[in-house]
Amino acid sequence: MLSPEEWEAVRLTLEVAARAVGFGLPLAIVTAWLLARTRFPGRPVLNALVHLPLVLPPVVTGWLLLILFGVRGPIGTLLFDWFGIRLVFTTAGASLACAVMTFPVMVRAIRLSLEGLDPGLEQAARSLGAGRLDRLFTVTLPLASPGILVGAVVAYATCLGEFGAVITFAANIPGETQTLPLAIYAALQVPGGEAKAAQLSLVSFTLAVIGLLLSELLGRRLNRRLGR
Amino acid sequence: MSLSVRLRHRFPDIALDVEFAVPDPGVTVLFGPSGAGKSSIIAAVAGLLRTDAARIEVGGTPLADTGSGLWLPPEKRRVGLVFQDARLFPHMSVETNLRYGLRRAPQGPIRLDTVVDLLGIRALLPRRPRTLSGGERQRVAIGRALLAQPRLLLMDEPLASLDASRKAEIMPYLTQLKTDLRLPVLYVTHAPDEVAQLADWVVLVESGRVVGHGPVSEIAARADLPFAQRDDAGALLLAEIAESDGRRALTRLVAGGASFWVPLLDGPIGTRHRIRIPAREIILATRAPEAISLHNVVPGRVRRIAPEGPRRSVLVEIGLPDGALLSRVTIDAIARLGLGEGAEVLALIKSTSIEVLPG
Repeated sequence: MLSPEEWEAVRLTLEVAARAVGFGLPLAIVTAWLLARTRFPGRPVLNALVHLPLVLPPVVTGWLLLILFGVRGPIGTLLFDWFGIRLVFTTAGASLACAVMTFPVMVRAIRLSLEGLDPGLEQAARSLGAGRLDRLFTVTLPLASPGILVGAVVAYATCLGEFGAVITFAANIPGETQTLPLAIYAALQVPGGEAKAAQLSLVSFTLAVIGLLLSELLGRRLNRRLGR
Repeated sequence: MSLSVRLRHRFPDIALDVEFAVPDPGVTVLFGPSGAGKSSIIAAVAGLLRTDAARIEVGGTPLADTGSGLWLPPEKRRVGLVFQDARLFPHMSVETNLRYGLRRAPQGPIRLDTVVDLLGIRALLPRRPRTLSGGERQRVAIGRALLAQPRLLLMDEPLASLDASRKAEIMPYLTQLKTDLRLPVLYVTHAPDEVAQLADWVVLVESGRVVGHGPVSEIAARADLPFAQRDDAGALLLAEIAESDGRRALTRLVAGGASFWVPLLDGPIGTRHRIRIPAREIILATRAPEAISLHNVVPGRVRRIAPEGPRRSVLVEIGLPDGALLSRVTIDAIARLGLGEGAEVLALIKSTSIEVLPG
């Protein structure tokens, strides 16, 4: 039903989203923990920074990434000189754009579930001899896992549809950075491409529904494990 | 010195300034109305509340000494904590909960099997906390705290959230625990019956201060202290079976240096019990009555007469050779008998009004 290039777009979309969530999630957990559990002078600034991609036009976010991570950008230069990593116009770059765009969603979900935890359980763990990291991995994170899962799934689903930042930072290169929404956009640019666009949209739609069902199922199972 | 605590802290609404020391391992009860600062004392001893000034020592090991800048974090104190709500980890089975502290503690004398049998929770091991009843949860929480091999066990109103029958279900385990594991326990409550059944030592706390502390039998009989200022005030004595007369169905207990006959008890001579004699059940006399059903005519000396304003009565402290009784009588009765401090008096006690509690 789908042509090989279209399958490639689907595969690429899934890969970009997976990499974005895979790299973004640990960082999001740390950030959410900092925001929920600690008080430090730069906290409001960090909070604003994290939420910036949510309110900025995605194109602007993509352009800022281009400035920072571009070949001549401050971070881009460092990455290239030290590790030989180039992000602009690559699959990794598309993942980075996705990760940045979905970071606020992940942080928010995880932070909410961290703030909803009963601090008494951590006190109990403390009195039983568990130090800070020990508590984090045996009590805090397991109990926050439904929130972490929700954050990850929503972020993944959002990544599947991310457009503005990706096309600005990573461009629209088939097999390299052309994810589903970009492929749909490209199809619509070509006369007579409506059928192709419709097909790809259907795929997009199916992926989104599967994602939602899966998150519902996993969430329910996790909550049962947690005794709720 | 098994436990010594000295704390000072300013809260917005109350100033905490307490000092007490307990000589033996055993159960020390912090007793007082809610808001008196009892839970703050527990939190400070656990290390969860950092007070302005603190000196806390358990069995010779200092846990905190703000004078020298010492403040062990809770996870380094090895102080077991049982809260009003059990706070079991919901994502772990009962057994994993029990092992949580055990795994993190140094090798110690308290073994999983011992605790499981002592608390009667073997059948619960594979279950999840949410499937347990309130009483079962609390037993698991106590076991979990014990298995962390604590130097001291802190219990903050562990029975307050349970109804009377659940409470009665746990109480025997607590008294058992007291005799089986010689562990110092600091126990917060505002329930007098828990004091009567568990306390060896009592610290009375009111508005952030210690208003009295001492062995439970001494505190319970002090007419001038808040513990006796209740409707069901009464003396509490540590007793031992001296003889049992099966034919008359009576047992003689020795307590406070005096003898008390009670309805027949099981157990050999020397078995320990506690007896509680409500103040309203003791009649005072200056001459022994004749032809009366009464078994107990206990001689003593009036130590203190404390008026109880609102009840229009007085509490009379009667000194025994080694302890004291408490009797509530009217002001008129005192006048008629001509009783004053130092006067010799007879306490008349029905054997059936003596409450016998497990030792």
